[in-house]
Amino acid sequence: MDAVKRYFRSPAAVIGLILLLLVIAMAISAGLLYPRDPLALAGRPLIWPFSNPRFLLGTDNSGRDIAAQIFYGARISLLIGGVATVIAILIGILVGAFAGYYGGWVDNVLMRITEAFQTLPNFVLLLVLVAVFGSTLTTVTIAVGVVSWPAPARLTRAEFLSLRNREFVQAGKTLGMKDVQLILGEILPNALPPVIVYASVVMAVAILLESALAFLRLSDPNVASWGNLIGLGRDVLRVQWYVSAIPGIAILVTVLAVSLVGQGLNDALNPRLKSR
Amino acid sequence: MRILSLAGRRLAASVPTLFLILIGVFLLLQLAPGDTVDALMAQMGGGDAATAEALRKFYGLDLSVPAQLGNYLWHLVRLDLGFSSIYGKPVATVILERLPPTILLMTASLSFAFFFGLVFGVIASRGVNRWPDTLISTLGLIFYATPSFWFGLMAIVVFSVYLQWLPPGGFEDIGTVQTGIWRVLDIAAHLVLPTLTLGLIFLAIYLRIMRASMLEVLNLDFVRTARAKGLDETHVITRHVLRNALLPMVTLIGLQAGTMLGGSVVVESVFSLPGLGRLAYESVVQRDLNTLLGIVFVSALLVISVNFVVDLLYARLDPRIAAEG
Repeated sequence: MDAVKRYFRSPAAVIGLILLLLVIAMAISAGLLYPRDPLALAGRPLIWPFSNPRFLLGTDNSGRDIAAQIFYGARISLLIGGVATVIAILIGILVGAFAGYYGGWVDNVLMRITEAFQTLPNFVLLLVLVAVFGSTLTTVTIAVGVVSWPAPARLTRAEFLSLRNREFVQAGKTLGMKDVQLILGEILPNALPPVIVYASVVMAVAILLESALAFLRLSDPNVASWGNLIGLGRDVLRVQWYVSAIPGIAILVTVLAVSLVGQGLNDALNPRLKSR
Repeated sequence: MRILSLAGRRLAASVPTLFLILIGVFLLLQLAPGDTVDALMAQMGGGDAATAEALRKFYGLDLSVPAQLGNYLWHLVRLDLGFSSIYGKPVATVILERLPPTILLMTASLSFAFFFGLVFGVIASRGVNRWPDTLISTLGLIFYATPSFWFGLMAIVVFSVYLQWLPPGGFEDIGTVQTGIWRVLDIAAHLVLPTLTLGLIFLAIYLRIMRASMLEVLNLDFVRTARAKGLDETHVITRHVLRNALLPMVTLIGLQAGTMLGGSVVVESVFSLPGLGRLAYESVVQRDLNTLLGIVFVSALLVISVNFVVDLLYARLDPRIAAEG
């Protein structure tokens, strides 16, 4: 409860939460406000924002409603960001827990693999994965998750290293608990909070990665995503710059919201660090 | 000498990592639909099965996967990255041609982000929780959340389309042949926007780390001693605090090298710079898998070399590290 109180005492964290809730509300209400397919032609192409009440944010190069694409894009960004983060955190926890708990050669092998993933630029690896497995919503989400796990793995490993010799773990060992029980039931719950907080960083990066991929037209072209729209607007950038500008602001606000909430959680859960 | 041997040992340790990456990506690319011969045949406008067969034999693609991998690695030891059927040149040549713009861009962005991150970090830490700090920290948060490609596009709209101060893309003006200092200035003008675009997110990261690191060092005992000796504030900051606060910044350069290289893929595409990043993008679109594998190798090599330099720098900044090695 103290943590909740501390969270709401920070204005930045509250602003972040409000923005995030706003984006989530957009994602939920997209179907209600814009029942039609957001990628269907809606009107004349390249109507400027605020000039036609039917299209509040104007239309893009081929006459599709930008506002509708922004609302549906919130779904895609949150979906890809969320699922990719879950994938990255799960792989990270698995690798980090094993490496940190067992140490020795298991740790060596797993850390070598982690290092390999960290040495290869994650966007280049993402390009390779997309080249091999194609760019549907599912493959892109999994690919973003697969390139994002090394940092959470290192974090989990560090937590496990500092926890594995504590008394409560040794007590568990003396009681004859199995390794799996010790890892999942005893150490993991204690190692989890910093990893969960770090998930916000992973999610922010995941949203940026997907939007960059979509901007390069290497993500799923059949969904309304913010990155796709920015890439499309690039063709008419010189005059109708608003086609690219509007979805960019949506990405900025979402990523900002996710990082602010993450930072707020971090400060609320580690109050002693806050004073810095 | 100690420093060199320490960094050298780290360098040697990265060789297995490099092989791990290559083998992994090589096997991954085996799963890709279509191979070099398919791309080549598509470029020739099709052909019969016999030709394809002969070409596969010529490129050694009829061998088993382990044999192909062995072949590739054996060629690699002799710095032969294979042949790019799309560009009609050896992959090593294609990559070498594209390397200078990327290295220039990365160096410029890194210097920009490092320098201004340092300056803003110091300013923010000096006025902690007052308006300069709040302003800088807020800007840092916004920069961190800005998608680089979007910032690049908006910069083109403002500085190239409306104000017409800077060129919207390209590496140099190809309309006129320039030499000497004019060519350098021309390239510099072309690189201003890409440098800002790529450097922005790193600026945000650096200023945040610099601020935290300054605040931490400012509370240490030796700073109090320096103040007690009667040194003025500028002296305390520049001579005592800065050097120690720089350590995490230097570490970050090594950690972020890969991210920066990845970011240059996007930035080079926005500003149509003929660099390594755009080559990576093009080879994905054109299914030039040999070149893609070559890029994977070269970018891993780049990251490893940056980390080598960072190790050397680190030991120079903090003599204790060399002493322990």
